[in-house]
Amino acid sequence: MKGSKEIKHEFDAAPWRGRTKKYDIIKEGTLALAFVAVLTLVLSLLMGSPDDPPLTFKGWATSNSDNFYVTAVQELAGTSGTATYGAPYNRNADGLNVGPLWFQRWAGVTHPIDTVNDFVISPLSTQVLSTEITAALTEWKSAPDNQKLNWATSYDEAITAVEGDLSKVASGEYGPVPALATGLTAMAKSGGLDAALLSQGGFFQTDNTKQILFFGDGAYLDDAGTAYNLQGGTWGMMNETGRYPGQAWLWLYSFWYQIPPFNNEESKPIGANADVYIMVIMGALSLGLILIPIIPGVKNLPMRIPIQRGIWRQYYQAQGIKRRK
Amino acid sequence: MSEMWTAKLRNKWQKNLPIEKLLPDDQPAYVVSWIYLFGVLTLSALAVIIATGVVLAFEGPAWYHVSHAGKFFNSLHFWSVQLFFVFMVIHLWGKFWMAAWRGNRTATWMTGAVAFVASIATAFTGYLVQTTFDSQWISFEAKDGFNSMGVGAWFTVTNLGQMLLLHVAFLPLILGVITVVHVLMVRKRGVVPPIDEVPNFLVEVKS
Repeated sequence: MKGSKEIKHEFDAAPWRGRTKKYDIIKEGTLALAFVAVLTLVLSLLMGSPDDPPLTFKGWATSNSDNFYVTAVQELAGTSGTATYGAPYNRNADGLNVGPLWFQRWAGVTHPIDTVNDFVISPLSTQVLSTEITAALTEWKSAPDNQKLNWATSYDEAITAVEGDLSKVASGEYGPVPALATGLTAMAKSGGLDAALLSQGGFFQTDNTKQILFFGDGAYLDDAGTAYNLQGGTWGMMNETGRYPGQAWLWLYSFWYQIPPFNNEESKPIGANADVYIMVIMGALSLGLILIPIIPGVKNLPMRIPIQRGIWRQYYQAQGIKRRK
Repeated sequence: MSEMWTAKLRNKWQKNLPIEKLLPDDQPAYVVSWIYLFGVLTLSALAVIIATGVVLAFEGPAWYHVSHAGKFFNSLHFWSVQLFFVFMVIHLWGKFWMAAWRGNRTATWMTGAVAFVASIATAFTGYLVQTTFDSQWISFEAKDGFNSMGVGAWFTVTNLGQMLLLHVAFLPLILGVITVVHVLMVRKRGVVPPIDEVPNFLVEVKS
């Protein structure tokens, strides 16, 4: 004999045999489309849309040339964020992990970036340079690798020792590194670096990875993100520049970055690997959303919390249907 | 004849989804809530997104920076996306509290939820191809999450060309197919009856 649950299931699954009413699906669709089109039009005319221009290397080197210069030295010394990133750009770090799962490292290097050559030497080599910079470039290219590293590391450490104040850097054996950084800064100020980094010696190019990573190594992009209130710690992922709504639907993803231990990089292992933990959590929650109909407890919530009584209030009242347990 | 694939498909279609179900002129009396409007509003917003997106695609991602007409169509695209998500989230919450997966409608719920996730991916790539400061910022910040999962090895958020193609071709195709399947499932199964509505004889037995 069937229980009431089975009967109710069959009743819900069967074609409706109760009272019906007239329904013009084409008219409904047409009116809905017209309503949304008009609403979109009104919002567009009143509000417009965001259009803040992208940053350029020219703007960076002009407005904060010292920071650009220091970043160029870090690219040569291999101490920048990109140079020490790991996969998919290089093998200089293991990347993030969840316990024994090292997805980042396992995926390997698919977009190799050598910050020394890709960010500094190759772009400079495309330019007509002053005698001094040309000589520095020649000296660099002809030096053995360990010599290059010693020059760049010594200079980078000397700059770090004076907290980036270039006027206080002690003299030392820096080889052609200061001249190369000066040359790249001048190239960036002229606007030449923007084009050189994109083209990488080719003609057609649609990949901005190298430009964006170089930007992120300095303070220029980060400062602008702070000014626009886009930092991760302030729900940045779901914000948009100016007065416009951003990706509000990413609120749950952004939420995790606001709370401990995810918002503390010093906290190990979760805070230090927050990106991968949050991706795993969001993946699991997304799967959970899809599987709600078969998740015990969750699938019964609508029956326990009677919001549905409000949704079908009119029908229930008309039919005199009371809440069933 | 009945062994023909075409005939089999046609017969199955006609059995499960006759034209009366596909284009009904009546509906159950319990469909009397404003919450029911948000499904069709979501579809309408999607239609506006696609229409304005096609115009933008013809002119390229940087058009709207230099053209008033471009800015206008970009604004239409932008706001229709915002409305789309507002409508879809309300639709989703409504269907959750109605337990709309009842009566063999599990797949209907699942396709709707997958459409929601696919919409987020499509909108995300849209924000990446705005060619504005926001695109620079989002791509730099978002790369870490994808790289940490190993996905960044192939899904490169800093690659404008890849994101543009995914945004205008692959992801809309996926979203479009899922949406069509979802709507056909709704039409096939009909709108789920109210939770407290049960067959009369069951009421009589219980009382």
